[in-house]
Amino acid sequence: MKVLVPVKRVIDYNVKPRVKSDETGVDLANVKMSMNPFCEIAVEEAVRLKEKGVVTEVVAVSIGPAQAQETLRTALAMGADRAILVQTDADLEPLAVAKVLKAVIDEESPNLVVMGKQAIDGDNNATGQMLSALLGWPQASFASKLEVSGDKATVTREVDGGLQTIEAPLPVIITADLRLNEPRYASLPNIMKAKKKPLDTKDIASYGVDTAPRLKVVKVAEPPKRGGGIKVETAADLVAKLKNEAGVL
Amino acid sequence: MAVLVIADQTGGALSDNTHKTVSAAKAIGGDIDILVTGKDCKSAAEAAAKIEGVRKVLLAQSDDLGHGLAEAVEAAVVPLMGGYDAVLTPATSQGKNFSPRIAAKLDVSHISDIVEVVDASTFVRPIYAGNALETVQSSEAKKVITVRPTAFKAAGEGGSAAIEDIGAGDGAGATKFVTEEIVKSERPELTGAKIVVSGGRAMGSAEEFQKVIEPLADRLGAAVGASRAAVDAGYAPNDYQVGQTGKVVAPELYIAIGISGAIQHLAGMKDSKIIVAINKDGDAPIFQVADYGLVADYKAAVPELMSALG
Ligand SMILES: Cc1cc2nc3c(=O)[nH]c(=O)nc-3n(C[C@H](O)[C@H](O)[C@H](O)COP(=O)(O)OP(=O)(O)OC[C@H]3O[C@@H](n4cnc5c(N)ncnc54)[C@H](O)[C@@H]3O)c2cc1C
Ligand SMILES: Cc1cc2nc3c(=O)[nH]c(=O)nc-3n(C[C@H](O)[C@H](O)[C@H](O)COP(=O)(O)OP(=O)(O)OC[C@H]3O[C@@H](n4cnc5c(N)ncnc54)[C@H](O)[C@@H]3O)c2cc1C
Repeated sequence: MKVLVPVKRVIDYNVKPRVKSDETGVDLANVKMSMNPFCEIAVEEAVRLKEKGVVTEVVAVSIGPAQAQETLRTALAMGADRAILVQTDADLEPLAVAKVLKAVIDEESPNLVVMGKQAIDGDNNATGQMLSALLGWPQASFASKLEVSGDKATVTREVDGGLQTIEAPLPVIITADLRLNEPRYASLPNIMKAKKKPLDTKDIASYGVDTAPRLKVVKVAEPPKRGGGIKVETAADLVAKLKNEAGVL
Repeated sequence: MAVLVIADQTGGALSDNTHKTVSAAKAIGGDIDILVTGKDCKSAAEAAAKIEGVRKVLLAQSDDLGHGLAEAVEAAVVPLMGGYDAVLTPATSQGKNFSPRIAAKLDVSHISDIVEVVDASTFVRPIYAGNALETVQSSEAKKVITVRPTAFKAAGEGGSAAIEDIGAGDGAGATKFVTEEIVKSERPELTGAKIVVSGGRAMGSAEEFQKVIEPLADRLGAAVGASRAAVDAGYAPNDYQVGQTGKVVAPELYIAIGISGAIQHLAGMKDSKIIVAINKDGDAPIFQVADYGLVADYKAAVPELMSALG
């Protein structure tokens, strides 16, 4: 059984993003980039499935610039077997990413796709759902628990009021939520080993998919700043301020 | 121009998120219809029919729709889209689950989590955990959008739209519902509450969380929230998480207790009207967004707060 894990290179989650002064985007020059945290969780889950003997091969795929090779090497160091970089310097919208992933899936025929629920840059929370709709495969989003047995996946999902469990026959698209697992740190020997694992680079054009942007970015602006607040000395002062000054109690 | 709004309802009770999404639809303009999906949810359709400015309410019911299965909702909505220029859904977990599918089926972009309608084709949405606001323009024939409810005022009541039963659609196909664990609470719903009291990692245990945060919330008639650290550690259930990847809240009053104020947490609460932080570390980043900060150990401060409230 084969599992495909799409991973995205994004701004490191510890970095505070800064908007460019010309309002054309977020400044990513000389900023630390890492694997999207939700993608790390997806890789971890796939590797655990392999360690449990449920799957035999974990393939990581990223659509992005040449530097996304680093992200793929991280996936390989965590335990993925091989990687595919679909190279492009363009910023793709979720629909385009989903279409390219579909083309990769048509070639690779995985039994399972485990991916992040959301990328922390675009915050779209859309790609997995779109991919499921394009493929006509069942969708299990926001997974906090995954069990694969035989040709069936049972998935516990984080929903508005608590948890929901659904089941679906393979092949299926899973999107990972925060509590699916705690991703491992790659060990130094595994980082060394990962350098020798296969990483194929393909030109995005070779998939013949229309990835042209559909949306026009008019501007990217700084959100309004909150005015500075004050410190109060005691709980009683706080209650008095909330009643008399803020009028919220 | 016609806009379809997909209602947010649970067990036949219509959520206010629907009214807020109708306001976003009004900003786009044109006729507004509401689709209510679920099971045994006629009462939600009746409530939706009373929202001011609504032309018609469509009702689709089945077991799969009752469980909110994404494939089923998509199958109910896509055939209707011949008659609409845009479909708007509240950006709840449920809405985020199915709305991108509709976009993919229509071969158009998904415009996620909008906080402002500039005009009928231009929208503002937060990216990078709310550290940037992106204005995007769509020239596509159909617009598929999720709406951040806290960014819009609720549409008023006073309408009397007709309700039309449209049957169930095709169902969810191979995906089957197994079980759910939904926590029933007497407290107000987190995303719509006027006051939210949230606890963080400082609580140290589920017992402490219940002993400290919940009585204060109940005294204030507030909803309870939590940081990711508190949820991961099992002090609070997953649906309490406020933040970039949890729920977004914008109450009149947000009280953060023992929460440091990581950007991912701020993304979910920094649009609150008044923010109060109680933290023993005077340098905690939460104080940079707090209107009122109390540098104190919560173990002393919360009991004092309870007695000051009387
Ligand atoms: C109008 C517009 C303007 C943009 N401007 C910028 C910009 O200024 N700067 C910038 O950096 N980006 C920009 N982007 C790109 C955007 O931020 C997102 O990267 C893109 O829309 C994908 O959305 P997402 O990553 O939020 O997807 P989500 O749906 O949140 O991602 C979910 C999951 O999909 C998978 N996935 C997503 N993308 C990839 C990928 N490339 N390869 C492999 N797997 C993937 C991952 O598993 C991920 O966890 C822009 C996009 C649009 C539409
Ligand atoms: C991909 C990703 C997504 C995330 N999404 C979210 C999200 O949606 N929501 C979210 O909240 N986080 C999210 N996080 C996690 C976030 O980065 C922080 O780790 C988290 O918010 C920290 O929670 P905390 O403030 O409770 O804990 P800490 O940062 O540990 O802060 C605890 C605070 O309590 C104070 N304290 C300790 N003892 C006391 C006491 N006795 N009295 C008073 N104060 C005390 C300390 O001074 C400290 O400031 C996400 C992280 C990632 C990587």
